[in-house]
Amino acid sequence: MTVAKKELLLDVQDLKVHFQIKKENAWPWTKPANLKAVNGVDLQLYAGETLGVVGESGCGKSTLARAIIGLIKATDGNVLWLGQDLTELDDKALRATRSDIQMIFQDPLASLNPRMTIGDIIAEPLRTLRPDIPKQEVSDRVQAMMMKVGLLPNLVNRYPHEFSGGQCQRIGIARALILEPKLIICDEPVSALDVSIQAQVVNLLKQLQREMNLSLIFIAHDLSVVKHISDRVVVMYLGNAVEVGTADALFADPQHPYTQALMSAVPIPDPNIEKGKDIQLLEGELPSPINPPSGCVFRTRCPHADAGCAEQVPSLSGSADHQSACLRLDALQAG
Amino acid sequence: MLSTTANKEAVENFSEQLEVKGRSLWDDARRRFFNNRAALTSLVILGFITLFVFAGPMLSQFAFDEVDWGAMHAAPSVASGHFFGTDSLGRDLFVRTAMGGRISLMVGVMGALVAVLIGTLYGATAGFVGGRTDRVMMRTLEILYSFPFMFFVILLVTFFGRNILLIFIAIGAVSWLDMARIVRGQTLSIKGKEFVEAATVYGVSKWAMITRHIVPNVLGIVAVYATLLVPQMILFESFLSFLGLGVQEPMTSWGSLLNEGAQTMEIALWQLIVPAVFMVTTLFCFNFIGDGLRDALDPKDR
Repeated sequence: MTVAKKELLLDVQDLKVHFQIKKENAWPWTKPANLKAVNGVDLQLYAGETLGVVGESGCGKSTLARAIIGLIKATDGNVLWLGQDLTELDDKALRATRSDIQMIFQDPLASLNPRMTIGDIIAEPLRTLRPDIPKQEVSDRVQAMMMKVGLLPNLVNRYPHEFSGGQCQRIGIARALILEPKLIICDEPVSALDVSIQAQVVNLLKQLQREMNLSLIFIAHDLSVVKHISDRVVVMYLGNAVEVGTADALFADPQHPYTQALMSAVPIPDPNIEKGKDIQLLEGELPSPINPPSGCVFRTRCPHADAGCAEQVPSLSGSADHQSACLRLDALQAG
Repeated sequence: MLSTTANKEAVENFSEQLEVKGRSLWDDARRRFFNNRAALTSLVILGFITLFVFAGPMLSQFAFDEVDWGAMHAAPSVASGHFFGTDSLGRDLFVRTAMGGRISLMVGVMGALVAVLIGTLYGATAGFVGGRTDRVMMRTLEILYSFPFMFFVILLVTFFGRNILLIFIAIGAVSWLDMARIVRGQTLSIKGKEFVEAATVYGVSKWAMITRHIVPNVLGIVAVYATLLVPQMILFESFLSFLGLGVQEPMTSWGSLLNEGAQTMEIALWQLIVPAVFMVTTLFCFNFIGDGLRDALDPKDR
């Protein structure tokens, strides 16, 4: 399980994505508000590894993914892909790395063009980025890929609306894999699916990962899914990474108060245990990312916060396997 | 384990026997269009009308501007050779309907074609690129909108003389404006969909994005609007002719034939009925074809 010796694929350094929000009916000279969707996140991803990203809705998971892949421009910070900074490349240079990083989307049906046949959809990345491949080979590859993700190759002429959500997600996976990328960013790929289909898709991803030596960034808000698939996990809160660690270490011993609260909220499929469980409720709402709290962003909802938390911004600290960003970590562990 | 490999093999064998040849959206659309009876019938009728319009004058002994002094306001009759009768000046209505149809059909089809081509691309580009480009393009459109159109036509006609080509230019210049707006609105809603994002991720260029992802998704609305435009253009041409800016006597169009016929309908009803039947049939056909096109281009609707 150790990841230390593997090749470093992706190194995200202090990534910030801020959006300028203009108020409605604002005067032209009023300053737009600054929404800090992602506010200084560091990530490392190694070859063949799965990195889970969890956090509640609106904490910046999807924005992080889109900034890594270049769909949203990063405000500040670097995204190093094999040592090359993606944020500084122009569109043309970026196309070269496109075939290495692909993405799977949350809404399986919306991510497929309703006017294209499945065959065309899966083939399009190949036709776009490798126009030199002959037609026959493209269609061979498409069919091989369809077999791989569990679709019958004779479905090539069907349209997306004729498929179920799970099948659509398989098509999305096939489209992402046809370029034989090294990294796939999965933006909540199973959130829109039934639980049984979720399992199929997650297991398919795991199996493909083994076969093709893929790395995955797996974004989800379902902790059990993340636990099942991830090697390492990042917990995000309000645009910040609050805890990073190997899945085993993090799930066995959540250190940050936010992670603890998240874990305690996971339902246990046994009513007897569930009844006796002590759920640690968080007070209040997620603060506005336009105006995040000073110091530790979690302090407004943290049951252990004290005056010091408002003044200092915590940074990730701990062993290589498990780090968390909490100023009162020592006190908590002692108490 | 053995069974799964056996299963896989069976599936592979099975799938090899099935059709795996790719079909494009256009192949599918053609098949669906020809399965639509109303649309197909309309297409055939329209084909006959077109044939009549171009070959009709050859079947008659009269020329379109020839006055038959002995047969003014003559009723339709096979014996006299005036199959559809004559108008108030004794000109053969059969030939004139055919000649007028040429102008009307050309104006209608050209206007709609210009609208579809320019309007769709313009609107899709503005909507998809967005930002400053969008603002500049849409403001340009608004300037064109506010342009006094009649003034523009009169100007053209005074400078370049009366010419059927000028009518095409004038009609082409206005017909695409509405289309561009409609398409832009549609594009804005499609732009936010995830499949556009996905296409960005695998590096589809802006032009390919517009032609491959945006335009096919707005075609349904475009097809319907274009078929509504054809009659609008035909009527528009007759309006221009009425003002003396369109086709000039002795040349004619369905619009001006209708106009003449309406004035004499109490004494010679056929002068109104004949062009009206042709016009109405043509407009019906275009509407059915438009419906058929929309259904054919929408894979969800089969």
